[in-house]
Amino acid sequence: MLGFTLKRLLGAIPTLFIIVTLSFFLIRTAPGGPFDKERSVPPEVAANLNAVYHLDEPLWMQYGRYLGDVIQGDFGPSFQYRDFTVTELIFRGFPVSLTLGGSAIFLALIIGTTLGTLAALKQNSKLDYAVMATAMTGITIPNFVMAPLLTLVFGVYLRWLPVGGWEQGWDQVVLPVIALALPQIAYIARLTRGSMIEVLRSNFVRTARAKGIPERIMITRHALKAGILPVVSYLGPASAAVITGSVVIEQIFSIPGIGRYFVQGALNRDYTLVMGVVIFYGSLIILFNLLVDLVYGLLDPKVRMQ
Amino acid sequence: MFAKTNPASATEAADLALAGQNVKGRSLWEDAFRRLRANKAAMVSVTLLVLITLSAIIIPMFHPHPFDEIYWDYIQAPPDIEAGFLFGTDTNGRDLFVRSLYGIRVSLMVGIVATSVSLLIGVTYGAISGYIGGRTDNIMMRIVDIMYSMPFMFFVIMLMVVFGRHIYLIFAALGAVEWLTMARIVRGQALSIKNREFVEAARASGVSNFNIIRRHIVPNALGPVIVYVTLTIPQVILIESFLSFLGLGVQEPMTSLGVLISEGAQQMESAPWTLLFPATILAAILFCFNFIGDGLRDALDPRDR
Repeated sequence: MLGFTLKRLLGAIPTLFIIVTLSFFLIRTAPGGPFDKERSVPPEVAANLNAVYHLDEPLWMQYGRYLGDVIQGDFGPSFQYRDFTVTELIFRGFPVSLTLGGSAIFLALIIGTTLGTLAALKQNSKLDYAVMATAMTGITIPNFVMAPLLTLVFGVYLRWLPVGGWEQGWDQVVLPVIALALPQIAYIARLTRGSMIEVLRSNFVRTARAKGIPERIMITRHALKAGILPVVSYLGPASAAVITGSVVIEQIFSIPGIGRYFVQGALNRDYTLVMGVVIFYGSLIILFNLLVDLVYGLLDPKVRMQ
Repeated sequence: MFAKTNPASATEAADLALAGQNVKGRSLWEDAFRRLRANKAAMVSVTLLVLITLSAIIIPMFHPHPFDEIYWDYIQAPPDIEAGFLFGTDTNGRDLFVRSLYGIRVSLMVGIVATSVSLLIGVTYGAISGYIGGRTDNIMMRIVDIMYSMPFMFFVIMLMVVFGRHIYLIFAALGAVEWLTMARIVRGQALSIKNREFVEAARASGVSNFNIIRRHIVPNALGPVIVYVTLTIPQVILIESFLSFLGLGVQEPMTSLGVLISEGAQQMESAPWTLLFPATILAAILFCFNFIGDGLRDALDPRDR
């Protein structure tokens, strides 16, 4: 177990290294610098700015410097928000993004597995078809379409929920979380249905039923434990999808999370901020995948960690 | 061929033989096509998609309103058939119907071109990796594994930031991102095909590796590839719309469905039609591709036989 974790952590290092390298050189080949939008500054000032941010050094030296800084967890100063370092900005936005994404995954897990299990229990019933049709819709309609539509219905027409903002009340969380969770609910429901149908036909379920265990306990204690495995391994890609999705959801609902910084940074050519976010999210996804694998190993006795 | 047909068609064939007619074998593809034709959702999707595509190509040629002309008397006008604005106009007074058609053009073009790029890279990479096998295969697939764990959306966004928002760049970037799964699929197929007798025979008769891959491996791996292509196209369309929505896709006055949805979302309180029409169209296109993809998978899935 420990060996497996260590091995996976070591395996993540080249991936992270590539991410850092790629993003560094990509963004440095960009035409136009971070100070282009300023009113034209005197050349001495420009030279000074470049010196402060080490933009006057040869590229490979900048790269070495950046690599060393990143290893120490320092992503450098933001070009756009002068008073902040990128690390500060990321950790200012992260709690918000984490709340949003975490709630979405949690909601998707609960609703998705429930719907999927119900559909599997009543296979080929009207309920089953309804769940599957909803799932197809949820998978097909992207969340940047779903989010404005939800806002239009529940925010503008019905006026039940606010259309944006974050820290002024619990009800502002509802729409963004739902919009972010919907595609994941759909995927998880589909996966659960598929695996539960197989599990419900297996011998141990028949045995449990024959022993007279109440259906509810049989499902929650026995069947779900095996049926949920594909969902667990889907959580890795799901987290990546939620992170990407939160970029657009934060934009739509004006939520001050990392995603908004990222888009603003991208539009403003804020090199360090964009790189910082990519590296941060890259590590997060890798870490989460590792976590998912560990949990999977704990749940599935057939998997041996090497 | 007959050994593979199911009992029903075997009797059918026997009947035909009894009737003294020529018995014709059915190829895998004919069978698959027949099954696809029986799938209603897929056939409706094909029809709808053809209709949407044709309208997007033809209607703008004859439509009286150019996509970038501003009608000052009709700023943000609701749908009005008499004035000729079927979908109304946007905040700049441009005809939303024609703009939506242009958006469809861009979306479909991005979908097809970017998918072709990914197809080219993925099939070549996967076929080589699977056919050569051994250490080369290990290294090549390890590279794919590493690339899988990267936050790709963010790289595409970075690409757009760095090289400017150009439509050819969108094609290339999305194609370069989407080939990974394709490579894996083709590699798996190649691994199982390369040990079959006909490949051995080809090798024995001195056919070069390149020609074996081109003539034997790739054509035999085609089924799963086609299914995956139909599922990649909507994926790519989606990513392009996502980028455009964030303001990182195609540039004004050209438009795409993502741009239209983004503009509509900003005006939805005062002009809900600017959101609803493009959103519905995008959803319809994505639905169509997904249904066709599912239908093709069912039709081509050999486990079904």
